[in-house]
Amino acid sequence: MMNNSNINHLQGPVCSLPLQHNDQIVIGHGSGGQMTNDLIKNVFYQKFSNPILDMNNDAALIDLLLDNDKKGFLVTAIDAHIVSPLFFSGGDIGRLAICGTVNDVAMLGAKPLYITASFIIEEGFSINALEKIASSMQLACQEANVKIVAGDTKVTEKGKSDGLFISTTGIGWVPASRQIGGQFARPGDAVIISGTLGDHGIAVLEARGDLGFHSTIQSDVAPLNEMIEILLTEVPNTHVLRDPTRGGLATSLVEIAYQSEVTIQIDETSLPIRPTVQTACEMLGFDPLYIGNEGKVIVILPEADVDNALEALRSHPYGKAAVRIGSVVQNSPGRVLLTTPLGSNRILEMLAGEILPRIC
Amino acid sequence: MEFLKNYRNAELIKSLLNQIRKITTRPWKLMEICGGQTHAIMQYGIDQLLPENIELIHGPGCPVCVTALELIDKALIIAQQPGVIFTSFGDMLRVPGSHHDLFSVRAQGGDVRVVYSPLDAVKIAQANPKKEVVFFAIGFETTAPAAAMSVLHAQKLGLINFTILPANVLVPPAMHTILGSPNNQIQAFLGAGHVCAVMGYWEYEPIAKQYGIPIVVTGFEPLDLVNGIFMAVKQLEIGNHLVENAYPRVVTRTGNRTAQGIMEKVFQPVDRKWRGIGIIPQSGLDLRTEYAQFDAENRFEIGLIDVMESSLCIAGQVLQGLTKPFDCPAFGNECTPQTPLGAPMVSSEGACAAYYRYMRAR
Amino acid sequence: MCLGIPGKIVERYETAGTKMCKVDFGGVIQEACIETLPEAKVGDYTIIHAGFALSLLSEKDAQETLTILQEIAQLEDEEKNDLLFTSNEK
Repeated sequence: MMNNSNINHLQGPVCSLPLQHNDQIVIGHGSGGQMTNDLIKNVFYQKFSNPILDMNNDAALIDLLLDNDKKGFLVTAIDAHIVSPLFFSGGDIGRLAICGTVNDVAMLGAKPLYITASFIIEEGFSINALEKIASSMQLACQEANVKIVAGDTKVTEKGKSDGLFISTTGIGWVPASRQIGGQFARPGDAVIISGTLGDHGIAVLEARGDLGFHSTIQSDVAPLNEMIEILLTEVPNTHVLRDPTRGGLATSLVEIAYQSEVTIQIDETSLPIRPTVQTACEMLGFDPLYIGNEGKVIVILPEADVDNALEALRSHPYGKAAVRIGSVVQNSPGRVLLTTPLGSNRILEMLAGEILPRIC
Repeated sequence: MEFLKNYRNAELIKSLLNQIRKITTRPWKLMEICGGQTHAIMQYGIDQLLPENIELIHGPGCPVCVTALELIDKALIIAQQPGVIFTSFGDMLRVPGSHHDLFSVRAQGGDVRVVYSPLDAVKIAQANPKKEVVFFAIGFETTAPAAAMSVLHAQKLGLINFTILPANVLVPPAMHTILGSPNNQIQAFLGAGHVCAVMGYWEYEPIAKQYGIPIVVTGFEPLDLVNGIFMAVKQLEIGNHLVENAYPRVVTRTGNRTAQGIMEKVFQPVDRKWRGIGIIPQSGLDLRTEYAQFDAENRFEIGLIDVMESSLCIAGQVLQGLTKPFDCPAFGNECTPQTPLGAPMVSSEGACAAYYRYMRAR
Repeated sequence: MCLGIPGKIVERYETAGTKMCKVDFGGVIQEACIETLPEAKVGDYTIIHAGFALSLLSEKDAQETLTILQEIAQLEDEEKNDLLFTSNEK
């Protein structure tokens, strides 16, 4: 990067202007030197500040002994976020980066505690946008009651990345008494979804602008850990939790059906889909069952606990539209059957490849 | 129009299905030539709900299945040229050419973009004057006016970097081929509702007469489909062979004359090869010479293409309703939706993919 | 090849001399070209396919078709009830 300040070759490149007047990320911000420190201090530390992060070491020191007399497990998950565009109705890449990983950890019934975040930023990226995204991440952290305790920043040359990529790792803790996973669905279980399907995927498509439609559809991106804790307190015997993100409800159900070696039957008339989302899907030739969600959870649990579970979910703002959608019917691995409003059945496969609009 | 929801009313549909059951005394074979109808039939499981002796055969109505391999290979070659933005409807991206598909071209750095409308491709050309923008004009008569308008609009804008790769096909010639085959078993047709919205249904009257078969113009909601089948079976049972319109809210006998005029202005009928079936005379559309500068085949000199189709694939027989997918030796073995040998297994509306899913559901 | 759903025209305009419109599909607004259906007015319902208006949707015909089918369903119900009635009488 060219600059005409006094360059001391023993220091790294130094920007001649104070950071707040520099509105674009430049290669120097990734050099590891003063510019990087300034960027981290003024954008990230300012927003994410907490005692662990503020120790400012290369790694975070975490005390995980929550309940001395309870055996438990460390839970960790990682997610990379490359969503385009970065801002969409209802959210942005920052909120997605926090909620996605918080939710992954929560799907094992774990309490999410800490997040680490890596930022790969393209040269020329707006610092103002970066600040907005960091603020969004901090708000999501506050809502989810998690702390960002470590991070990393790299800058690529223009054209070598797509604006901004964020990777987040989540760390949580689950008591040993909770056994929740995709392998625990059993015949006789009920299947619940916590709310409307397809909102996030359609909101992002709309924001991308290629398909040229406008609507009031908003992404549902949200941290679900608080709602899940309420559910698991009411129904500790929950078998499966899964957030139907990329690939949609259908793909997640097929995965669970394979993991648990069961057949799942879903009643199409029970599926909660906003009319606008349904319309957008019909217009473009999408199937809402394959569109991603970022604020919903599939719950599979014993039949006897359905009413309690629905009550628990509906008591939380993110679960108001929770509804039972089907059952685990038998031990025949990997099948998901959808019963249509006419009473016929069709198989739901996993999403093969990309979701594409069709004319046919 | 809120009341249009009634076209999905389960009770109405079930009672109509009962009526079909009541009036059916013999086995009948019906065909639809429309990917959209095939999709709706699969989505609602309508073929499962019909009486056992009524068979619905999925004809060559899906552009994914019928676009000639040569054209797909040409599309792939063009898409790989530097400086080209290749645009297509989403349906085509997964279709295998002789060696690969548009997805792999994109993975190797080709600029391949999905568009919802051909006018979006024109917009892309406007926004990228230094690039050559090509639109893959697949589809039936429903889509041909849109492709034609994209050429006229590009002409109005004075664009010199926009071309289309003409690949549109027409339904009536395909019906002649199917019905004229000595092995034909199809006894009635469901006419493609939106093809007829454009073309009207007067073209089907001589076909119904020549082959003595009923043709019922049918829509896409489940009630429309069951009603179309009901009207066709009613005719079959009494030996009629008329063209009836079960989609009058959208289709008229003469169709959309303006849209037809736009098509005629820009396109002319040509012989076209249908994948798996062969050349069907006067079944395709090419640009008229006045619009030659918008023809991608002229802009990019591609030359002869050596295509490679799987020798195991009997798609043509399946598309014409002459063989069932599960009678194909490769079905479910070498050929599955994950490892498709031919187009009808690739496309979610393809007969082979549909049978594969349905049979697994049983 | 026929994915087309009904939408209401809410605005008409021209872009570079080509007639266009905004269509409301029920909360989802999309731009479409009406060169293929120049007589369409604001307030009309049309079938839109690949961004083009193919045909007007006739409310009258839509209702008529439904009425015929509803009558068939009613007859069906009456027959069922008759059967039940007769068998109950026995």
